[in-house]
Amino acid sequence: MDSTSNNSNTTAHDIIDLCLLAGKIMLQSGAETYRVEDTMSRMAASLGFPGAHSYVTPTVIMFTTSRTEPVKLFRIAERTTDLQKVSEVNDISRRLSERQLTAAEARERLGIVDDAAHAYPVWLQTVAAALTGACFTVMFKGSLWDALPSLLISGVGFAAVTYLHRLVQIRFFAEFIASFIIGLLAFFSVRLGIGQEMDKIIIGCVMPLVPGLLITNAVRDLMAGHLVSGLSKGADAFLTAFAIGTGIGLVLSLF
Amino acid sequence: MILQLITSFIAASAFCVLFNAPVRALLQCGFAGMIGWMLYLQLDDRWDTVVATFGATVVVGVISQFFARSFKMPVIIFSVGGIIPLVPGGLAYDAMRQFVENDNNQGIQFAVQALLLSGAIAAGLVLSEVLGQMFRRKHVSG
Repeated sequence: MDSTSNNSNTTAHDIIDLCLLAGKIMLQSGAETYRVEDTMSRMAASLGFPGAHSYVTPTVIMFTTSRTEPVKLFRIAERTTDLQKVSEVNDISRRLSERQLTAAEARERLGIVDDAAHAYPVWLQTVAAALTGACFTVMFKGSLWDALPSLLISGVGFAAVTYLHRLVQIRFFAEFIASFIIGLLAFFSVRLGIGQEMDKIIIGCVMPLVPGLLITNAVRDLMAGHLVSGLSKGADAFLTAFAIGTGIGLVLSLF
Repeated sequence: MILQLITSFIAASAFCVLFNAPVRALLQCGFAGMIGWMLYLQLDDRWDTVVATFGATVVVGVISQFFARSFKMPVIIFSVGGIIPLVPGGLAYDAMRQFVENDNNQGIQFAVQALLLSGAIAAGLVLSEVLGQMFRRKHVSG
């Protein structure tokens, strides 16, 4: 009697842990709040706990399977965007509900996804950032001559923000210094005659850093009724935009 | 025009590399971004920027739903690529720059515009989701 109740307790705990792990990976990889909640409840339902409840904000996940079970929470400190992981967790949760995977297999796979590095190495991302910068300069009606300096500058800017973020843990300063470097390089490229319109170069180059997606997700969360998530994502986006604006503004006020 | 096509395609798929999208989704992301940006440019000539963004986002959202269904990946992968060119990151930066330069009136104008645009994008995505759900229900029942 005692052992069976103990047993069912451990499975309930295991399932809470499994769902929390899935939710943690998704939230750290930049999935939308409602998707995290949805995935966790679905996984719990397919494992025999239809009444699971979760509360997700950008910094914390709380999850319980029923009213009598304790609530477990998980603190999220670091968030990036990693759509590959979101897609993999989504896949695992779908297979779990189609009964193609057992809970133990799902757990193992989630562990692998959790430990995996980013899909692309840093140098490739830097190249991608450089291409993005150059393309945005052209898209915002800059000339092709301006695309060349922005190719270089946005690559340097992205490399700077990645490297600095490893060095200083505070993202605000990494973004501030990176955009200061971008502004400085753009100013000198125009001064040296390599580029023509400084504004177009700068705006293209800051695009890889700028929190456009974050703002949109914030508004979307607000519309979906996730008020706390929406407001905190909005604050996050504001802080990033402020860092970039200050970095560039400092260059403009210096010269 | 062709230059805009090429650059928006490259920009959207390169941005998805920054977001670590799966390799097999990159081309579709670029495609969604290209369609969104071209539609936006066409609509922007005739209507207000907010309306143009909204229209382009709805189309991007529907395309992403279609891709997500046929490639069995979450919608967010494709919609992110699609809306990246439309997202008001440049405006948010502009607003902050005006504040830093002490031009608060201009800064507030840019900030409000950025907020409206992101509202339009969010509303467009939600609308396309609703459309997708209606379509699916019809498909299942009929």
